Amino acid sequence: MPFDASRFRTRTGVLLITGLLFLLLLPPVSSVMNESYLVSFFSRILIYALAAVSLDLIIGYGGMVSLGHAAFFGIGAYGVGFLTFHFQESTLFIFGFEGTDNALISWPFAIVFSAALAAIIGALSLRTSGIYFIMITLAFSQMFYYLFVSLEAYGGDDGLSLWSRNRLGPLDISNDTVFYYVCLVSLLVFLFISWRLVHSRFGRVVRGTRENELRMQTLGYATYRYKLVCFTIAGAGAGLAGALLANQNEFVSPGLMHWTHSGEILVMVLLGGMGTLFGPVLGAMAFLLMEEVLAAWTEHWMVFLGPFLIIVVLFAKKGLYGLLTGERHE
Amino acid sequence: MLLFIEQILNGLQLGIMLFLMSAGLTLIFGIMRIINLAHGSFYMIGAYVAATVASYTGSFLLGLLAALPAAALSGMLVELIVFRKLYNRDHLDQVLATFGLILFFNELTRIIWGRQPLFMDVPSWLSHTVELIPGIPYPSYRLAIIFVGIMVALLLYLLFTRTRLGMQIRAGAANREMIAALGVNIKLLNTLVFGLGTLLAGLAGIMAGPILAVEAGMGESILILTFVVIVIGGIGSIKGAMIAAILVGLVDTLGGFLLPSLLRLFLPAATADGAGMSLASMSVYILMAVILIWKPRGLFPVQG
Amino acid sequence: MNDYVLQVSQLQKSFGAVKATNNLSLEIERGQVHALIGPNGAGKTTLIKQLCGELIPDSGTILFNNKNITAFPMPKRALLGMGRSFQVTSVFQQLTVKENIALAVQAHHGHSFHFWKPASKEETLEQATMQAMQRCGLLARADTIASSLSHGEMRQLDVGMALAGKPELLLLDEPMAGMGSGGSLKMTELIQELKGNTSVLLIEHDMQAVFSLADRITVLVYGEAIATGTAEEIQNNPQVQRAYLGDEQDNA
Repeated sequence: MPFDASRFRTRTGVLLITGLLFLLLLPPVSSVMNESYLVSFFSRILIYALAAVSLDLIIGYGGMVSLGHAAFFGIGAYGVGFLTFHFQESTLFIFGFEGTDNALISWPFAIVFSAALAAIIGALSLRTSGIYFIMITLAFSQMFYYLFVSLEAYGGDDGLSLWSRNRLGPLDISNDTVFYYVCLVSLLVFLFISWRLVHSRFGRVVRGTRENELRMQTLGYATYRYKLVCFTIAGAGAGLAGALLANQNEFVSPGLMHWTHSGEILVMVLLGGMGTLFGPVLGAMAFLLMEEVLAAWTEHWMVFLGPFLIIVVLFAKKGLYGLLTGERHE
Repeated sequence: MLLFIEQILNGLQLGIMLFLMSAGLTLIFGIMRIINLAHGSFYMIGAYVAATVASYTGSFLLGLLAALPAAALSGMLVELIVFRKLYNRDHLDQVLATFGLILFFNELTRIIWGRQPLFMDVPSWLSHTVELIPGIPYPSYRLAIIFVGIMVALLLYLLFTRTRLGMQIRAGAANREMIAALGVNIKLLNTLVFGLGTLLAGLAGIMAGPILAVEAGMGESILILTFVVIVIGGIGSIKGAMIAAILVGLVDTLGGFLLPSLLRLFLPAATADGAGMSLASMSVYILMAVILIWKPRGLFPVQG
Repeated sequence: MNDYVLQVSQLQKSFGAVKATNNLSLEIERGQVHALIGPNGAGKTTLIKQLCGELIPDSGTILFNNKNITAFPMPKRALLGMGRSFQVTSVFQQLTVKENIALAVQAHHGHSFHFWKPASKEETLEQATMQAMQRCGLLARADTIASSLSHGEMRQLDVGMALAGKPELLLLDEPMAGMGSGGSLKMTELIQELKGNTSVLLIEHDMQAVFSLADRITVLVYGEAIATGTAEEIQNNPQVQRAYLGDEQDNA
């Protein structure tokens, strides 16, 4: 459903403001409660929320079922990983460039790196549609997984450890609370960008293409280009999420690109509500909380997650956002 | 040169495995227009059941006889419980639900068999080597895999060209409305095709047992290659699956063998080996990309 | 020399052994309504698909404003001024009437790589959208979600979207299908108004509408054009009566 101020329900407003307040107040409250691990746990949630929102741009709004989004997430993480690694080793990266631990260089690098690869993968995959598209995005993301496993110079299968988080201007992001707020701001900025995007002329074209591509073409839209740009923007978003995750964990590994990781991000989008901007944030929170709780209870929690997922798909596709706001989403 | 021929045989053997996987999957795609990420799970079920029964009884054949129906029946059961509800859903729902199935099956095998991989012995009557070409000893078990694969391909060919059921399946792959119009019991046909597909996946899993480690998640690594095969061959085409499977098997095997030595001609040895390994890991995907640029619907697109 | 907006010559298209379009030639004069009639399965929709680029013909040429567009992709043809409505209503069900029309308008107002400004605040688009809604008689329904329109209104919207791009040639595939007599009349009026400005290729089963609207009629049987002429000529053509009108009576 298109955004329109008059349709902006009170219930939705209350939900969003409550959510924002909760996220803003989380660090002080958890330090009072002496539960400081919550801050880093929620940083992870915010990072995954960012990745899920970017995936929703292609799936929920663009109707492109990509099963390779984790590749761009992982590439973003490695973007930071490469630069930090060469900085630590004092060796040259490619084309005579040195490594750096400056986030103002390495994070944009990660974003551009992911976007560029998304553009290439998208250009190839979008020549097809439907089942082919799903299989091809999956295959290409696995290609990156195997490629990074084979890169012995960067730790191969074992991944890369970073000695510390990046430098970000005057902010000390090695402090978990500061880093938390950096993640929160990143997410909010990306949400705002996505919100503008979805309601712009471009967004309208992308939504129209999802619903009826043939009609869009007979109206005069070269839909391929619009889909490709949408795919690339989503890749950039995932790249930022990856850069943040590399800093959060101070570690990157090919496992980030594994296709099951793509599947998990997709599940977050589904749980939260497809085709909504805030749904995926809720979905990321629900998924990671569920994982945390179930995993504490049994190591075999996935045996429950699998059937749960099937039931959600078959009977409750509205997602959490739809349930909480009562809004019909697209 | 000897090594090269041996690698070609290895490539063929991988191709045969991929054919068994992709033949079933491409049929399921073709007829039901459904994407099944969980196809690898039936490969895994085949391998686990065969490994377990073989280790209890000491007989590979008994393992085979137990695992084949296990794969086919579990496939038909899953079709009845889950897939029937997915036929009229969009691909996204199918992806998510079958992803759920993978998580379930992988974890279930961990609960039943634990996290340690099982190992399965090559049956003693196939544990020697033969010199198919003088001077090149080759394990007879791997030759047997190639032989079985060729036999299956022949049987499938006869099934599709000589039997009524096969004709119906082929007609269905080309045009779904047509089989309904012909008065075929589609529900039954769907279940049978699903069972046939998972039977083939199970067979691949059983034969892979003695070569690879039998462990949870083993289905997914072959599943991705199977997808590559289907994309290259064209969805719904058995012929395409056969040719693409052999192609992918050969490229994957020979890439790892040839690329490093090829690059050594231009680059220092250490760099060449590293870059060669990286390129080799990407070779089948590059093949897929090239074919996509050339023929977006695969080498043998099925009309409809 | 006549002024043709569309010239099709020796078009061929086969699906396996079936010749869907068989050596078909056809000219449409600027500003005229040209009807295409023929029994079911005669290849009418297949022809439309080739004209607008959804299908590429096996051989033959299509000239649009004397430009060879035979190999052009769909969007390019649309931007050159070819509008199309669909046999099976093809509107964006989940969008409002206004958004449907706006999408059609927007396609002809430069590229849509505008990422930041809300589309609803682009003034030129708004005005053109309002006009287009007025023209297809759906202004009062602007904020209705398309899926809750009546069947007739949906057909109107479908044609309205094709018209919103101000096409030089409009391809209408059974615009009156499933409409009541009131709706058919409205649609007939709408097409009547277009005469002189917009050329129309009309596929329609409603013979009354065809004979009252069409300047020229082409009869298509098994992918072949067996006759072209005015309404009177077609009605009196013995070959047409045998192949088509007679056929229709047998079915009735």
